[in-house]
Amino acid sequence: MGLTNQATGFRTLRENFLPARTGSYLVALAGNPNAGKSTVFNALTGLRQHTGNWPGKTVLQARGRFTHQGHTFNLVDLPGTYSLLANSAEEQVARDFICFGRPDVTVVVVDATCLERNLNLVLQVIETTTAVVVCLNLMDEARRKNIVIDVPLLAGELGVPVVPAAARKGEGLGRLKDVIAAVATGAMRPVPTPIIYDDDIEAAAARLVGQLQPHLKGRLNARWVALRLLEGDATLLQGIQQFLGVDLSEPGIKLQVKEVLA
Amino acid sequence: MTGQKTDPVLVEARRLAGDPEDSYRDRIVAALYARAQTIAYRTVKVAPAPCQDFDWRLDAILTSRLWGYPIMLALLAVVFWLTLKGANYPSALLASLLFAFQDILTSLFHQLGAPAWLHGIVVLGMYRTLAWVVAVMLPPMAIFFPLFTLLEDLGYLPRIAFNLDNFFKKAGAHGKQALTMCMGFGCNAAGVVGCRIIDSPRERLLAILTNNFSPCNGRLPTLITLAAIFMGGLLTTAAGAVAATLTVAGIILLGIVLMFFTSWLLSRTLLKGVPSSFTLELPPYRPPQVLRVITRSVLDRTLYVLARAVLVAAPAGAFTWVLANVHLGAFSIIDHMAGWLQPLGKAVGLDGYILLAFILGLPANEIVIPILLMSYLSIGMLTEVDSLATLGEILVRHGWTWVTALNVMLFSLMHWPCGTTLLTIYKETKSLKWPLLAAVIPTALGLAACFLVKLLAGLLGAALGG
Repeated sequence: MGLTNQATGFRTLRENFLPARTGSYLVALAGNPNAGKSTVFNALTGLRQHTGNWPGKTVLQARGRFTHQGHTFNLVDLPGTYSLLANSAEEQVARDFICFGRPDVTVVVVDATCLERNLNLVLQVIETTTAVVVCLNLMDEARRKNIVIDVPLLAGELGVPVVPAAARKGEGLGRLKDVIAAVATGAMRPVPTPIIYDDDIEAAAARLVGQLQPHLKGRLNARWVALRLLEGDATLLQGIQQFLGVDLSEPGIKLQVKEVLA
Repeated sequence: MTGQKTDPVLVEARRLAGDPEDSYRDRIVAALYARAQTIAYRTVKVAPAPCQDFDWRLDAILTSRLWGYPIMLALLAVVFWLTLKGANYPSALLASLLFAFQDILTSLFHQLGAPAWLHGIVVLGMYRTLAWVVAVMLPPMAIFFPLFTLLEDLGYLPRIAFNLDNFFKKAGAHGKQALTMCMGFGCNAAGVVGCRIIDSPRERLLAILTNNFSPCNGRLPTLITLAAIFMGGLLTTAAGAVAATLTVAGIILLGIVLMFFTSWLLSRTLLKGVPSSFTLELPPYRPPQVLRVITRSVLDRTLYVLARAVLVAAPAGAFTWVLANVHLGAFSIIDHMAGWLQPLGKAVGLDGYILLAFILGLPANEIVIPILLMSYLSIGMLTEVDSLATLGEILVRHGWTWVTALNVMLFSLMHWPCGTTLLTIYKETKSLKWPLLAAVIPTALGLAACFLVKLLAGLLGAALGG
């Protein structure tokens, strides 16, 4: 297993996207299908990726970059997903990138006209990582439909910054860049509000966390991994082995985990 | 997946739940949804919205059992009618401009005392093919792409997928194949790459293998030109324009029917299985950004595709000119090759030159007609083909009838995919078997269809004549 293996395994995914270069940050763009991710991507990078009004259009991960306040940001447009439960290839790609690619900032693009459904993804992302910015896109459409969203309250509930925007009209993008830069440089540190599950789950998760921490060594959010294991997500075990070089189903580790669960 | 259900860690985790195995997952997801609901409830205020209602009512019509298909067909016809009518005039203009420039080039070559073979390769080979590709390809593409992109921007494509879902299910294919099929109209190679949106490998292969039945923009101008000449009477009358439109729309529909048929056949033989389910979100109708759509589709797609066609057309033109002008014995190489293909060509209502043009057109479908013209012209005396009428004359002089035209259109719809697409299929499937199959299936269907048309037309002719 060895340390080098761990290190290289971990670096590759990130370095695929971010050639080792100082002063540049990696930003992941996640969101539900058809929430306007590609439009936000184009608006931020000035690139002209084709945007189409149908879900699942972004097949390949598009990459681009922009500079703001003297920093360079490398933007990766992830495939649109409704969740990070890794039910489909798209979901797994998005999940793996957010948790193993270690982006400096994850921007979740949200459709303001159907916030509730979009929030499911946001909640899953903030469970995985703390450096999250929510881009409340399609505000123009929301206005047209007489939908009013209390943005400060939403930001308070989630514990992460929320930037209202209408990417097609260029609205709110300046603010979005400011907030991305602030989170990337550490000037702003979001503190996501955790979701509290029922007592059994919390108790089991807490015990698993204690056992997982020595293996994960802070490279992944242990609580999140514990919850996924309780959920029975086998793809995550694979991901952890592939990117971290830790095989949680190895006999030794299995024993420890078993002890916890017993 | 390594031991998905049997992994001891997971088994232990589940045992702890003391419940059916998905209990934790259900409870975690339920908590997540409840939280999302609470937040949304606290932060969102919705006033009664007339707009949402509008989307809903529009969907009720566009995806209804009664109106869904007629509206889809009507839109298809309107798009092709606009393309046909709109492309006709600029095509003629471009052709006369480009061929006027050919004369200038020719006289320049004479003044400089360039050898005849150089003039032949550069002007008669490369330039003339290029001029043809630009004149024939550019106008239909510049009209079709923006129209198609407008529909896409509006949010109509997912509705097509919704309407056709039932057919795809019956054919044993994935409903998202409707989207990759639509992408195929732009470019089959892009359509094949787009098949990645389909998760199940079996259904992805079905979509990849049948994508070629969407005539891409390299073949569309061929269909449009031939329909305008032979079915539309050069589009001089309204009835002619309608006939040409219906022919093109009919060929497209036939392609879609064959796509379903082939998918159905494959999913019952080589690629057995049941279609998997999926969620398709019908996005809201959005007012298309007309100007942006036009500039983007002209700059990105039209010019990109045209540039690719030009890159292929120039060397192919030079190559064909050499084939047509190097003589072995009494005949040129091209005549020899066409001679070998002649029996097969004649048997299916085409001729050797047509088959040869399709074979030489493997790099890109755009150059099939220019190559055909060059090989015809190498034995004739006409030098300039600057209008639909002259093109029609040349074809008729080489024995074309409406049956030949129809067969060429059918064969254009059903033959091997272009080289780029075949390569893409190989890259996507990592096996030589699938590109081979993707070439064999449509070619066999195409030859059969042409043979059938020739047979029926012969019988019809005999019945009318007798």
